[in-house]
Amino acid sequence: MWAFINKLRSPKWFYAISAKLQPFFWVAAAGLILTGTVWGLAFAPADYQQGNSFRIIYVHVPAAFLAQSIFVSMAVAGLVYMVWKIKIADMAAAMMAPLGAAMTFVSLFSGAVWGVPTWGTWWMWDARLTSMLILLFLYLGVIALRGAFTSRDSASRAASVLAMVGVINIPIIKYSVDWWYTLHQPATFTITGRAAMPMEMWAPLLIMVLGFYSFFIALTLMRTRSEILRRESNKRWVRDLAGEMR
Amino acid sequence: MAFASFNEFIAMGGHAPYVWAAWGVTAALLVAVVLHARAERRLLLRNLQRRARREDRQGVNPGGMAGVSHQTGGDRHDT
Repeated sequence: MWAFINKLRSPKWFYAISAKLQPFFWVAAAGLILTGTVWGLAFAPADYQQGNSFRIIYVHVPAAFLAQSIFVSMAVAGLVYMVWKIKIADMAAAMMAPLGAAMTFVSLFSGAVWGVPTWGTWWMWDARLTSMLILLFLYLGVIALRGAFTSRDSASRAASVLAMVGVINIPIIKYSVDWWYTLHQPATFTITGRAAMPMEMWAPLLIMVLGFYSFFIALTLMRTRSEILRRESNKRWVRDLAGEMR
Repeated sequence: MAFASFNEFIAMGGHAPYVWAAWGVTAALLVAVVLHARAERRLLLRNLQRRARREDRQGVNPGGMAGVSHQTGGDRHDT
C-alpha cells in the first residue's frame, strides 16, 4: 500500500501509466458521447409536456454533474496535496479547473436557454441557479488565485485552500432544490432511486453522463502530463524524453 | 426515430433555437477544450526539444549538469 502511494508521488511513474490509460478513456468518451448524442437528439421520444426542448437535458445534466464532481475532485486533490505534499495532486487540480468552469458555464447556459420555453424566463434568483452561479465564481476564483502568486508553492496552497473551503457549496447545490423549492425541479436522475423517466429517455442520459466523465478523466490525464513536462522540465528523465523524441 | 424527416429533426418541433443553441455551445466548448489541450502539449514538447537541441550544440552533457546551468532559465511560472 505504501509502496503504491509512494509510486503515486512520482511524476515519472504517473507520466508512464497515464500514457497507457489515456487512450482507453478517450475512446470511451468519444463512443459514449456520440452514441448518447444520436440517441438523445434523434431517437429518444419527445416529452409529452415539453416537446423537443427537453432534449437539452442530455447536455445540461451531464455538464452539471461534471461541474460539481470536478470541484469535489479539486478539493480532494487539494487536501491530498496539503496533507501528503503529493505534487501530482496539485498538478491535476490545476489542470481540471478550466474544464470545471466550462462545464459550469455549459450547465448555466443550457439551463437558461431551456428555461425560456419551459419556465418563460431564462433566469431567476432561484436557489439552484444562484448556487451554480456561485460555483462558477468559485472556479474563476481558484483559477485567478493560482495566477496571482509568483511562487508556485504559495499559489498551490492558496488554490487548495479555496477549493477545500468552496466545496461546502456542493451540498448546497445538491439540496437547494429540496430546501428552497422555487423554480428548478428536484433531481430527475439519481443513481439509486427509481428513474422518473421511461427507459428510452434516461438510457441516453446515463450514456451521456458516463461519456462526460470519461472525457473529464481523459482530458485531466492528458493535461496533467503536459503540466509534468512544464513543471519538471529540469528533471533528468524529462530531458532524456526530449532527447529521445528527436 | 422520433422524427419523420430531416427537416423535422432540424426544426425540433419549433424548439430549434433552444435545442441547437444549448447543444452547439456544449459541443463548441468540448472541442475547444480538446484543441487547447493538444496545442498545449505540442508547444511544451517543441520547447523541450528545442532546448535539448540547443544544449547539444553547446555541448552540455544532457542531464549531467542539470540543475546548475538550467535552473536559471527554467521553471517559469506560466499557467
